Amino acid sequence: MTITEIQEQIVSEFSLFEEWEDKYSYLDDIARSLPKLDENYKTEQYVITGCQSKVWLHSDYKDGRIFFTADSETSTTKGIVSLLIRVLSGHTPDEILNADMGFIEKIGLREHLSPFRSNGLTSMIKQMKLYALAYKTKSEVGGQNSDI
Amino acid sequence: MVSFPVNKIREDFPILHQKVYGRPLVYFDNAASTQKPVQVIRAISGYYETDNCNIHRGVHFLSQRATEAYEETRKMVQRFINAASSNEIIFTKGTTESINLVASSFGKQYISPGDEVLLSIMEHHSNIVPWQQMCIEKGAKVKFIPIRENGELDMDAFRKMVNERTKLVAITHVSNVLGTINPVKEIIAIAHSYNIPVLIDGAQSISHLGADMQDLDCDFYCFSGHKMYAPMGIGVLYGKEKFLEAIPPYQSGGEMIKEVFTDHTTFNELPFKFEAGTPNVEGVYGLHAAISYLQGLGMENIRNYENEILNYATGKLNAMGDIRIIGTAKEKTSLISFLIGSIHPYDAGVIIDKMGIAVRTGHHCAMPLIEWYKIPATVRASFAFYNTVEEIDSLVEAIQKVRKIFGRSTI
Repeated sequence: MTITEIQEQIVSEFSLFEEWEDKYSYLDDIARSLPKLDENYKTEQYVITGCQSKVWLHSDYKDGRIFFTADSETSTTKGIVSLLIRVLSGHTPDEILNADMGFIEKIGLREHLSPFRSNGLTSMIKQMKLYALAYKTKSEVGGQNSDI
Repeated sequence: MVSFPVNKIREDFPILHQKVYGRPLVYFDNAASTQKPVQVIRAISGYYETDNCNIHRGVHFLSQRATEAYEETRKMVQRFINAASSNEIIFTKGTTESINLVASSFGKQYISPGDEVLLSIMEHHSNIVPWQQMCIEKGAKVKFIPIRENGELDMDAFRKMVNERTKLVAITHVSNVLGTINPVKEIIAIAHSYNIPVLIDGAQSISHLGADMQDLDCDFYCFSGHKMYAPMGIGVLYGKEKFLEAIPPYQSGGEMIKEVFTDHTTFNELPFKFEAGTPNVEGVYGLHAAISYLQGLGMENIRNYENEILNYATGKLNAMGDIRIIGTAKEKTSLISFLIGSIHPYDAGVIIDKMGIAVRTGHHCAMPLIEWYKIPATVRASFAFYNTVEEIDSLVEAIQKVRKIFGRSTI
């Protein structure tokens, strides 16, 4: 599926819940099902700055695609980063760099979009795109599989 | 419930009568900042409608009227906190500036390498960082008095920590995270027996307990207007005259001078020596109205009602089973910090907010204290005299919602 198709799928999943509390419950389910992040990556080096609760993000580059793993100390933030991973993980650097991440606005968790909310949504997307840019640059100068 | 006309009082606070997320606003973030009664709001707009001008230097009518109101408020503050003289009342931006002033000016005058400043582990960052920075500069040391698990100060440890190197004790009257009321009178007496001056951070106590400088006998006392129903940007530093005379000015400029020559300056008398520049006159007008308002209600009545609210809330939260209250000192003001099972306070805060309730989540600018408890943060509900038992029932309902959504959480 393309990045756009995955976003549409998430929006339609969330549209099944009319009550805001059910959306948060579902976000909690999503957080719970995120594959565990290797404890070795829960260090300052992998922390995304700009989030009120700690988020660790790690990436791998295999066969031209980027794979993200992450964790957070709070369920809400972990839910959001899980959604971002579902949308972006497994795509090429170019696809990630060009992705328009408008879906969160459409799933009824609008307040999480405000740049003044320090939950770090903007920082998380920015960090993922920065990884994409770094891998793209690296592969253009001849790098292959690696992590950064 | 004691007879306290809470519903009538609520009519004085326009901001409380609104809906957020379609629910009636419940404001439980009073330890961060209190709301303002119409009397305060009118005092500010009234100042701009009829009295606005610069004070102290104008011979014109408006300037004299505003100057009189400004200086009358200084006397009112003096009476409110029972200071010996109005020269001991310095208007500042707030508690943070008051503490910075003392740290800077007292530090210059009295602190040498190897000296110690005693704080407690429950201090707000604003009563840590100014001392820490001054001590780094001076080669002195900040030491922290520990607390007991229930959030009470370890007085035995305090007695052992005071020594000939101690040059000042700076301690909060009430903890902004725990609600603990510290035995400041006893602390001051102990410190004074070693001739050590004491600064009390009254930011969290003034609106609940009032203050009596001559009874406490503290050497410095600081508080903010905005936590006692007055506007933001106005605060007070009380200092004993002998110390305010002895320490150098904090900032320099207009108002604080007697005479300026091209090569030197002589400084103004107290209290003007510490009030450089055009002061926050509208803030002082607002502070006057806020103190009048508090005096109208009666500090004793406020204390009794807030105690009932605290006891009601504590009982309700304890009955929920999985609520861990951080700070269970015998003597508390009306705030409760808590954790809901193993749910992260940030997650809880997101949901409580959606229920229309303003609480604070985080470290509450007291990171060393949160670290001491080895917890990530707390949810803090802090109550004022305009809060009701019905609002506490709404908080209980919101907590139930939090548990429903994140109840399985092991994160």
